[in-house]
Amino acid sequence: MLASRFWLTRPFAERSTQLFLAVLLAAMTLVTLLHVAVPQGHALHVNAYTVNLFGKYLSYALLAVAVDLVWGYLGILSLGHGAFFALGGYAMGMYLMRQIGDRGVYGHPELPDFMVFLSWDSLPWYWAGFDMAWFAFLMVLLAPGALALVFGFLAFRSRVTGVYLSIITQALTFALMLAFFRNEMGFGGNNGLTDFRDILGFNLRSNETRLGLFLATGVALALGYLLCRAIIGSKLGRVCIATRDAEARTRFLGYRVERFQLFVFVVSAMLAGLAGALYVPQVGIINPSEFSPLFSIEIVLWVALGGRATLYGAVIGAILVNYAKTVFTGVMPDAWLFALGGLFVLVTVFLPRGVAGLLAYRLKRRRRPDDGGATGREVTP
Amino acid sequence: MRNFPPSWPGSARSRTGRAPLAWLLTLLLVLLMSSVAQAQTSADDDAVAIELLEALDAGSFPAKGRAIDAIVASDDPRARDWLQALLDGRLQRVEDGRFVVVIDNRGRDWPVADALTGEPLGEMSRRDLDRVGINNALRNQLRSAIAVVDLYSADLGLRRASAERLLGEVDADLADPLAEVIEGEEDPQVRRRLVQALAIHRLEQGEVAAVADLQGSLHPRVRVALNRAANGDDAVLADVARSALNDIEQLLKVNRAVETLYFGLSLGSVLVLAAIGLAITFGVMGVINMAHGELIMLGAYTTWMMQQLLPGQPGLALVLSVPVGFLVAGLAGIAIERGVIQFLKGRPLETLLATFGISLILQQLVRTVISPQNRTVISPEWMSGSIAINDALSLTLNRMVVIGFALAVFAGLMLIMRRTRLGLEVRAVTQNRAMARSMGIRATRVDILTFALGSGVAGLAGVALSQLTNVGPNLGQNYIIDSFMVVVFGGVGNLWGTLVAGLSLGVINQVLEPWAGAVLAKIIVLVFIILFIQKRPRGLFPQKGRAAEG
Repeated sequence: MLASRFWLTRPFAERSTQLFLAVLLAAMTLVTLLHVAVPQGHALHVNAYTVNLFGKYLSYALLAVAVDLVWGYLGILSLGHGAFFALGGYAMGMYLMRQIGDRGVYGHPELPDFMVFLSWDSLPWYWAGFDMAWFAFLMVLLAPGALALVFGFLAFRSRVTGVYLSIITQALTFALMLAFFRNEMGFGGNNGLTDFRDILGFNLRSNETRLGLFLATGVALALGYLLCRAIIGSKLGRVCIATRDAEARTRFLGYRVERFQLFVFVVSAMLAGLAGALYVPQVGIINPSEFSPLFSIEIVLWVALGGRATLYGAVIGAILVNYAKTVFTGVMPDAWLFALGGLFVLVTVFLPRGVAGLLAYRLKRRRRPDDGGATGREVTP
Repeated sequence: MRNFPPSWPGSARSRTGRAPLAWLLTLLLVLLMSSVAQAQTSADDDAVAIELLEALDAGSFPAKGRAIDAIVASDDPRARDWLQALLDGRLQRVEDGRFVVVIDNRGRDWPVADALTGEPLGEMSRRDLDRVGINNALRNQLRSAIAVVDLYSADLGLRRASAERLLGEVDADLADPLAEVIEGEEDPQVRRRLVQALAIHRLEQGEVAAVADLQGSLHPRVRVALNRAANGDDAVLADVARSALNDIEQLLKVNRAVETLYFGLSLGSVLVLAAIGLAITFGVMGVINMAHGELIMLGAYTTWMMQQLLPGQPGLALVLSVPVGFLVAGLAGIAIERGVIQFLKGRPLETLLATFGISLILQQLVRTVISPQNRTVISPEWMSGSIAINDALSLTLNRMVVIGFALAVFAGLMLIMRRTRLGLEVRAVTQNRAMARSMGIRATRVDILTFALGSGVAGLAGVALSQLTNVGPNLGQNYIIDSFMVVVFGGVGNLWGTLVAGLSLGVINQVLEPWAGAVLAKIIVLVFIILFIQKRPRGLFPQKGRAAEG
């Protein structure tokens, strides 16, 4: 088949990818139809709030895919992916802030409200260019990418791996959180960036824009998934899996392990940044709490619950956990941390391969293993 | 003026070598005699005293000022109380002309005492009382008058406080009597203070020699006086004062450095306490315990609980909290080890996630069961207060105790690891588990005990932390990342490394803080550690030899 020769289209030949894309497409179509075609007040009508919520889940799913790429296939447990997510979010937030123009509370034509409040008289240099959409969207990818490049270069070059890497990634996001909490940083301090109006000229509060953002997130998730699949299926992906399973051996075989690690880490950070950029316009705020170590470690739980080294497991996990979070925090907010903590323990002790592992176990007889990740061998980082 | 006679006859206290009954009789006799003696003298004293007080209720403020001087000069033992009551507005006159001292002027009815005899007279309505009024000039006069009266007191504490108050307050009227007091003063501290107080006055009069007496003093008021002289018109005096000021600045710099070091060591010892338990579970056993911070929190809450159980005895409760906190956190550690960690052997990343889940549960448990709000833990008296090294430098006691405690815990752990059977077995299991087991060491038991030890030490850290910070559900969270940083920075599996890393990170943080701010200092330290790990992935003191391969 022609498709299988080119690395970017090869994933279409995989059963799991076909199934995933089909389910995603079906879900997006269904939500759109139920929102647009079914009249309001009907039992099956999906209201704008729910569409928005689904959009948020999908951006989390993209983030989970990014984490699964490094954790599942590279063996790097990053406890700092929330930092890349938040950086992408801040890049998007800065663009949205500039779009407010003079409609802010203080009505300043150029400065965002919080800067007027801090009585700054001009924009800091790093805010330059964010009034242009193309520049901001480029920064959504480049800012997290650059951080991952510098951090990864230093870390992988000196062969910091395993638990050490996890701890310093956590320290990284913690340091960034402290930094972004400072008003002097010029990112709005602990209030963050909010009060957005328009994106690309569309009103953020209209139902059509919300549906559009939901669909865009769905498309981004599909593309991100395909990109990850393509990377994993390529020769480069094989080296990554080899690194995960036996780093020293791969190095002795002559591969420059740190380069592969760095490349995949940067791609993953960019995907996380993209997820953050899609997340911010849908929730309408970005603040330093996205940098908190708790959020980053929660992402890891989504992946662990869904089943790592499967990618689709990450998506399932992200949606499941966040749906549970929405329900729990609405019904009994106190119980949520108990449930989350319990999930951490139960999943790691009883469900090491996650929900995807359970599915794979059920389907075992009907399906032959089609990729290294889903064969279910214990993954030792 | 002379020293006031002590109000209690000294003979009643000397009772050595007498039979109890005889002693009791003597005591009674002495009491009787002294009260008789008092009755005799008080008759003429009271007449004078009433006159003195009557003068205070004069119509004009200058007349009142003269009356105050008369009271000071009168040598009456009650003078200080009167002056203090007058200053506080508590010296009042009843309609029948008697003077009373109001004991507590809150509410509508005030408890009062007779100004002459000191006898309580029960409560009086504020409407029946008439206050002896004063103005600001009189207030100043009263303050220095009280200070002068106190200078003659037999109580050393009063004399010290009074000398302190006089610094910068000496005027021409006070200068001569002060010189006289300095001659008679025996306590060197009071004497030095009074000399400085007088020297400030002399400096203000333009006397160059006075600067010599102020040389090297770190008191802010001395610096204010010297500064004024340095900017004054008298060129000679200004020169001398400026050079004295320069010397003082140098001294101050040294003192500030010492203070920074002290704060740094104090912060560092907290870090060491928080991290040392982790150094055992993470460093020695290789188990990542993200719930370590919550074990610290348990220790802190144990202290709070003990203080609730023993109300009114915060000191005893704190001392008891040390073993109890160790036990509580240690038992919690055993539960975690048996319940979760033993199933995740050899899967460090999964252990990290599972223990993180436990930390969330413990936090929420405290929020639900106790309260989401912070709890206050009382510091016992022997821990509050500070040791004044000099005028610019005083070291708070609670930090001193925590530094000592951290060092003691560290020494205890070193002893356990180096000198006991358990320590030997732990080191054997760490180096080669299979070999240790085949030599007859029960590795599972060693795992449990090591984990319990590490957790118990976390509990001890919590007990210490309860004296320095708020005790709340987030207490542990705030320390977990720092603790990991300390362990990784120091070198995993090396207790000495943890000590050096903790103390040096504390000092670095405090040194950076003045010019970078608290938050930025913390960020700089984190970035520094991240960069440091790139350079030396195994920390300051990497393990060498066989232990390194484990």
